[in-house]
Amino acid sequence: MTQPTAAGAPGASGAPGAVPTDDTVSVRTDGTVSVRTDDSASRTVGQRPRTGVWWRHALAVLALVWALFPVAFILSAALNPTGTLNSASPIPTDFSLKNFTDLFASTTFPYWTWFKNSLIVAGLGTLFQVFIGAAAAFAFSRLRWKGRRPGLMALLLSQMFPALLAFPALYLMFLRIGEVIPEIGLNTLWGLLLVYLGGAMGANVWLLKGYFDTIPRELDEAARMDGASHARIFFTMTLRLVAPILATVGILAFVALWGEFMLASIFLLDQDQRTLGVGLYSLNLADRNKYFGMFCAGALLASLPTVAVYLSLQKQLIGGLTQGSVK
Amino acid sequence: MSQAPVGQSVATPAWVVATKWLLIALTVLGCTYLSWRAVEAGSWLIVTVAAFIAMAVLVVYATGRGITLKYLLPGLILLTLFQMWPIAYTVATAFTNYGDGHSLTKEQAIEAVQAQSVRPEPDSARYGMSVAIPEGETIAEADLALLLSRPAAEGTSGDNLLEGQELFVGTLEGLEPLPADGVTLRGNGTVGEAPGFQVLTLVEANERAQDVAEFAVPLEGGAGIKAATGTQAFVGRTTTTYDAAADTMTTIDGTVYVAHEGNFVPQDGQGPPLPTGWTENVGFDNFSSIFTDSTLRSGFLKIFLWNLAFPLLSVGSTFILGMLLALLFNDPRLKGKGLYRSLLILPYALPIFVTAIVWSAMFNQDFGMINDVTGLNINWLGDPWPARAAVLITNLWLGFPYMFLICTGALQSIPNDVKEAASVDGAGPIRTLWSVTMPLLLVAVGPLLVASFAFNFNNFGLIYLLTGGRPFEATNSQVGNTDLLITFAYRLAMESGSPNIGLASAVSIIIFLIVGVLSYGMFRQSKALEEVN
Repeated sequence: MTQPTAAGAPGASGAPGAVPTDDTVSVRTDGTVSVRTDDSASRTVGQRPRTGVWWRHALAVLALVWALFPVAFILSAALNPTGTLNSASPIPTDFSLKNFTDLFASTTFPYWTWFKNSLIVAGLGTLFQVFIGAAAAFAFSRLRWKGRRPGLMALLLSQMFPALLAFPALYLMFLRIGEVIPEIGLNTLWGLLLVYLGGAMGANVWLLKGYFDTIPRELDEAARMDGASHARIFFTMTLRLVAPILATVGILAFVALWGEFMLASIFLLDQDQRTLGVGLYSLNLADRNKYFGMFCAGALLASLPTVAVYLSLQKQLIGGLTQGSVK
Repeated sequence: MSQAPVGQSVATPAWVVATKWLLIALTVLGCTYLSWRAVEAGSWLIVTVAAFIAMAVLVVYATGRGITLKYLLPGLILLTLFQMWPIAYTVATAFTNYGDGHSLTKEQAIEAVQAQSVRPEPDSARYGMSVAIPEGETIAEADLALLLSRPAAEGTSGDNLLEGQELFVGTLEGLEPLPADGVTLRGNGTVGEAPGFQVLTLVEANERAQDVAEFAVPLEGGAGIKAATGTQAFVGRTTTTYDAAADTMTTIDGTVYVAHEGNFVPQDGQGPPLPTGWTENVGFDNFSSIFTDSTLRSGFLKIFLWNLAFPLLSVGSTFILGMLLALLFNDPRLKGKGLYRSLLILPYALPIFVTAIVWSAMFNQDFGMINDVTGLNINWLGDPWPARAAVLITNLWLGFPYMFLICTGALQSIPNDVKEAASVDGAGPIRTLWSVTMPLLLVAVGPLLVASFAFNFNNFGLIYLLTGGRPFEATNSQVGNTDLLITFAYRLAMESGSPNIGLASAVSIIIFLIVGVLSYGMFRQSKALEEVN
């Protein structure tokens, strides 16, 4: 991940990501100027000269080449039986699964353990992050209490200072926690997970609150008239109504956690404790020429979850990131 | 909640109530267990925190009061413990000299200094010794430990007995029993394998010969254990005396050392300080050395400027490319948009640890693909300016899909009638684009651009995995030409030969301040603060 996702792992300073749509709305109101035509009229008035679209296709193909040549490089290196960097080329010359079998057979680099660790951290992290975020958004959107506004501000402010900036302290802190309770100290997935969850409440609260606000309050009133408690409203009604934004936030959180590198590299020292990012990095560090094929093979598999998530849910993401989320 | 329930209350199902109380009970039990462990280890801070959590959970969830807190408590606890507290702790550490050679308390440092000076006595006890490091760390940098064994006396018991040998692990903090589970012994009675440790071979241990020679395990009463040979250690008496009243150390040859800024330095100012120091409050020294120490200052300034230029150029280039592509695809007549879009999004969908490392391989001067294909022979990652260009090119590739996505979203939300109005008024397509579409687009994505800037300001993953901050300055191997402040701080704390966590914390605090000022400016611009209702 290179760009902020509104759902930050502690790494992403994503708070402002949710701000824009108020402006988008104002674009609409400011921008709606005098001429109001119906659809058929608009086509005749706004028509551009017919120059064809072939040049658009040509440029699009050019863009595809730019976007995909490194991907082709990974693919061809992963399938290259020689498996070294100096023999890698952008176009596959040979086809073999040797790199994959080598990687899976390696005892120095326990690939499937890394994969499992990544699944645990990203999976549990996403689950908790979505739940904690949704509960907080419910409190900020639905309940009326003293300190709500400053609370929201403080939460937003806290996102300006992601946990990764406090890494010296986190390191020392978990070093000491580990001396008392080794199960959650340095070099454990659980310690890392705790740090990831530190930002859970603030990471997506804007995105979530914005969506919660779009659910008519009358529904809550009606449910309360029928005698439903706040917990029943939250668990059985609100959570179902906001399911789309929970999905968006979940995707963003999963992808961010899956790719998080810095804190994982500080925390996870043993090969058996490592996640994919730190593990593959150690493979690359051990010998970047010799193991390059194995690295690319592992990298391909490591990319599958995030690529699958993006490709299957890109429409939802475009919507979630730019419009309809904070109204 | 403002309104009381009016209708009949719906009965809560029994399993919900049961689950709720089960969760409360589990939390309280868990906290009790943690407290018990912490009491055994003597960590009162953890006991307090666990007790507080248990009480908070009981008060909030076991009573009907404080509905709001029921929704906020778990997040609040995690936020306080793992985000707020570390930040406060970073601030506190920034005012100390914590780091390599300064990680002990003063009492521990005195013990260590005394232990280092032990000399064997004629009847000294001997141990079989293996040099070890914590598992998974690199030999060159890890903290040493001595795995010790000695024939057990008749009638001794404990979990550290194996094949008649009593096992211990000695570190700078003292001597402790080594549980025999999973330990194997060599023929000469020394430890060959132990869980949690990597036992060094003689050749590997030789890499750290100097450190091993200086290493000593402090014992009570001024004694210590030191390495005698490659496989043997002895217990000896200290030859250095500490005078608590004068706060001075006197070595065997009569030199007097006085305490000064976390070290014992010779009273007469001649010679090096004693090797082990302690953590001490140093006030603003870390901050002032960043701005006054001549090598540090020039390095810091250089990194700071690049740290501003990199996110600016990155956001600019990714935005322009992403916007052009969004405009290119913003034509209803274009077929196959969905496929194009799915493929263009790929760079964004790959994890950073994949893409950054692959690009770093492609930029390899000798057999990287970039030089191969373009026929150039540029030392991309070895020369300062090409390295910066490589970072920007990589981030352009990584970041343009995001800009493409948000521009596509924003373009779709610009109503058609605005453009038609412009067209009716006689504006051509270029003019419409420039004077109508672009301003509206910028308003819509502006805050996301600011967020992108903030993200790239601390884009640790990209820099660390792509260049590692390299190439380094010829005069100062701590300062890299593509370093961001965050990678610089990371190197100071984690990777340099003598980690200086205090200084790294100070750099972190400076990043905090910069980010704070930038965010304040951004908030002033956006109306976010006023929109909260």
